[in-house]
Amino acid sequence: MEIIAFYLFAFLTIAMFTTTVMTNNALYALSSLAAGMIFISAFYFLLDAEFLGVVQIVVYTGAVMALYAFGMMFFDTIADVKEDIKHPKLVFLLSGGIALLVVVIFAVPIVSGSIIASHPMSPEYGSNVKDVGMVLFTKYLVPFELAAVMLLVAMIGGIILAGKKMDVSITQLSEEEIDKLSTNDEIAKDKK
Amino acid sequence: MILNDYLILSAILFCIGLIGVIRRKNLLMLFFASEIMLNAVNIGLAAISKFHGDLSGQMFAFFIIAVAASEVAIGLGLLILTYKRKNSLSLDNLQSMGG
Repeated sequence: MEIIAFYLFAFLTIAMFTTTVMTNNALYALSSLAAGMIFISAFYFLLDAEFLGVVQIVVYTGAVMALYAFGMMFFDTIADVKEDIKHPKLVFLLSGGIALLVVVIFAVPIVSGSIIASHPMSPEYGSNVKDVGMVLFTKYLVPFELAAVMLLVAMIGGIILAGKKMDVSITQLSEEEIDKLSTNDEIAKDKK
Repeated sequence: MILNDYLILSAILFCIGLIGVIRRKNLLMLFFASEIMLNAVNIGLAAISKFHGDLSGQMFAFFIIAVAASEVAIGLGLLILTYKRKNSLSLDNLQSMGG
C-alpha cells in the first residue's frame, strides 16, 4: 500500500514540477506548482510526519496563493511568457553534471552510515505532533524565536518595499529621479 | 520503502528545480523554481528523520519552511519594485551597467 502511494505521488509530483519548469504559460506553471506542493505533503504523511504535512499545506497554500495573485497582476495569463533562450543544449549539459554531483552528495553519508539519533522519536508521548512540540520548545527554542523575528523582519521589509505611501524612498525612484534628487541637494548646498 | 527511494526522489525534484533556475529568464518563474528546490530538500530531511528515528530532520524542515515563507515575502516586494521601474520581469532587461 505504501509502495503504491509512494510511486503514485512521486509520479504526480515529478509531472507537476516538470510542467512548472517547462511550460511557457504562466497560469499552467502556477497551477501545477500549487498542485505539486499539495502532493508533496502526501510524502510527509507517508513518513509519519503529520505535523510537517499540515504545515506544508497551510504555508504553501498561503504562499503559493500570494504568488498566484502576483502572477495574475504581472502577466497576461493567456499569452505565453516570452523568454529567449540562446543555448538550450548547454543548459541540459549543465543540469546533467549538477544532477550527478547532487546524487553523489546524497549518497556519501548513506554509505558511511555512522549517523546516530540525537533526538529519538519517543513513543511515550504518543503522536508526532507532541514529539515535535517537545523538541521544538526545548532544544530548538532559540532558533524558533529567531525564526519568528526573521518572519517579522521579512513582513516589515515586504511592506516597506511594496508600500505606496512612502513620500521619498530611494528604492522606488527611477535612476533619473535619483539623479535629480542628488543634483537638487547639491544646488541647495551651494545656496547655503 | 527504503530511505534511498525517498532520497532519489528528493534528488530528482531538486534537479528539476535546478533546471528551472538555469533555464528560466523570468523573475517570477525563477521564484517557482527556487520553491521547488526548497521542497525537494524538505522531503529528503523528513525521510532521513524517519529512517534514522531522529526528529532533528523534521526540525530543519520546519525552519526551511520559515525561510521559504520570508523569502517569498521579501522577494515579492522586490518584484513589485522591479516591475514599477523596468515595467517587465525579464532577466535580460535587468542589466543596467553598460559595458
